Amino acid sequence: MTSSPDIGTELPEQVYRVTRADLVRYAGASGDFNPIHWNDRTATAVGLPGVIAHGMYTMALAARAVTAWTGDPGALVEQHVRFGRPVVVPDDEEGAEVTVRGKVGALLDDGRVRVDLTVTSGGEKVLSLARATVRLQ
Amino acid sequence: MALDRELVGRSYPPSAVYEVGRAKIAEFASAIGADDPVHRDGDAARAAGHPDVIAPPTFAIVVSLQAAMVVLDDPDVGIDYARVVHGEQRFAHHRPIRAGDRLVATTTIDAARTVAGNDMLTARVDLATEDGEPVCTATSMLVARGES
Repeated sequence: MTSSPDIGTELPEQVYRVTRADLVRYAGASGDFNPIHWNDRTATAVGLPGVIAHGMYTMALAARAVTAWTGDPGALVEQHVRFGRPVVVPDDEEGAEVTVRGKVGALLDDGRVRVDLTVTSGGEKVLSLARATVRLQ
Repeated sequence: MALDRELVGRSYPPSAVYEVGRAKIAEFASAIGADDPVHRDGDAARAAGHPDVIAPPTFAIVVSLQAAMVVLDDPDVGIDYARVVHGEQRFAHHRPIRAGDRLVATTTIDAARTVAGNDMLTARVDLATEDGEPVCTATSMLVARGES
């Protein structure tokens, strides 16, 4: 991306599939072995509908949608999310779907652009706030 | 137990050094489905202007959340880890984390309050290289749900 986008420019929508296997893999890679992310008994015992994705996994998918747009993972200089609603991941081949939409919300100084994201699963917003700042050369 | 507002501003001693490994970056990138070669291939990373392979942006959590646990271990905080959920997360990247970085984490309590029986604690983790170069500021808001 070489020129500055207009406010309101939409990012290509990204749809990511999340299965139990992805959560196990993320647990290992991140070191977050909280059983609510892989064990139905624990998840339901603490009042969840079932196993849920790590919030940080959802945040990582949101970041991927942004870097897919900029083409450079190093261009993401800031990211802020608020975890609103869990992504429930059923124990089947389909898993859950996470959809990331975004648009340019503000043009900042120093070639930076703020991107406002909408992240949903099963038609519900899972991040109640999701913003990223990218530096475009 | 309500959180003591005097906790705000409390800082903890720097963590032990975390050395960022090339294989760990690749493993983390694969786990989140980030297939960009800058996470795996040194030549691709250098062509993109980085000295070595870079980590995906949220990799910072691997180092920062571990460091932030020092807050929950503080007897003055008195939060039961089993009740803690991640409420909010923010990263300010001064530069991408890359293979070979030797990172030191310094944790500070930025905010502490109790709302409707829920303890809300904001821990800021400043990640810097051993030589003091700032790399990332990771701020985690943790919520301990009140016992009902």
